[in-house]
Amino acid sequence: MKKVKVYVTLRESVLDPQGSAVMGALHSMNYNEVKDVRIGKFLELQIEESGRDIDTVVKEMCEKLLTNTVIEDYRYDVEEVTSK
Amino acid sequence: MKFAVIVFPGSNCDLDMYHAIKDELGEEVEYVWHDETDLSKFDAILLPGGFSYGDYLRCGAMANQSNVMSEVVKAAEAGKPVLGICNGFQVLTEAGLLPGALLRNKNLKFMCRTVDLQVVNNETQFTSQYKKDEVIQIPIAHGEGNYYCDEETLASLKANNQIVFTYASENPNGSLEDIAGIVNEKGNVLGMMPHPERASNDIMGGTDGLALFKSIVKQWRETHVNHA
Repeated sequence: MKKVKVYVTLRESVLDPQGSAVMGALHSMNYNEVKDVRIGKFLELQIEESGRDIDTVVKEMCEKLLTNTVIEDYRYDVEEVTSK
Repeated sequence: MKFAVIVFPGSNCDLDMYHAIKDELGEEVEYVWHDETDLSKFDAILLPGGFSYGDYLRCGAMANQSNVMSEVVKAAEAGKPVLGICNGFQVLTEAGLLPGALLRNKNLKFMCRTVDLQVVNNETQFTSQYKKDEVIQIPIAHGEGNYYCDEETLASLKANNQIVFTYASENPNGSLEDIAGIVNEKGNVLGMMPHPERASNDIMGGTDGLALFKSIVKQWRETHVNHA
C-alpha cells in the first residue's frame, strides 16, 4: 500500500482572490513580512499495488479529474505505508 | 425540434430550462439523466445551471466524468447545438468543449442579480435574433463565473469572433475582458454564465433571454425543415 499526497495550487498566472484576502488579514495583524499567499488543495490517496506503474496512474488521475491544468498545477509525493 | 435537458445530481435550473423550452418556446423537450448513453434522438443539448455533484473538487469536474458526457461530446462533434448555462458552462470547459476555465468570483461573493449583457457576436446560431451590440438584461447567479484563459487562447477567441456576450455596465465577477459567454471555434457550442431561461416571461421580470432559444430553433428549421 502506498500513500500519495497530491498538492494542487492555482497556476502563477492565475489570480488567487482568497489568497489575497488572507494576505490582507495577515497584514492587518502586523505580519507585514508576508509577501504572497496562495491557497490550494491537499489530497491524500491510499493506493494498493495493481501491477500498473504508480506514477503513470497518479499523473493520469491528476490530469483527468483531480486538477484542471488550465488553471492549476500539481505535484505529489509517494510514501510507503507500513502496516503495524 | 427536440431538446434534451441534461440532469446531473445537483442540477437545479433544469426545471427553468424545461419550462422555457416547453411553455415559452413551444418546442419538444425531455429531461435526460446523467447516466444516459444515447442522445441521438435529440436535436439540441442543454446543460443547466446548479451544483452538479455538489461542485465538489471543482465546479463541473465530476459531472464531466458522467456517462452522458461522452454523448454530449459526440453531439457537439456532429454539429448539434450544445448550450451550457452557468454550471453547464463550467462542465463544458471541464470537458474541453470550450477553452478556458471559470474561477471563483474576484470579490469572493455569490452574485445574484440581473445584469446588462452586450451581444458582441450576433452571427452565431444562438444569437441571430439579437441585434449586433444590443444590450439585454439577463439574471446571473453564481460564485464561480470569473472566466479565465491564457493570452494565446484569448487571442484566438478574438480572432475567431468566439466572444459572444460581455458584461456591459459592470463586471460582476472579474472575468477576463468582461467575458460572459463564448462559443467554440465551430460555433455550435455556447457556454455562458447568465441565465437566459430565467428571462423568458414577463412575470419573471423580462423576456430578453427568449431570443436566444428562438435563434436555435430558427437555425434548426432553416437547415432541417426547409430542406426536408
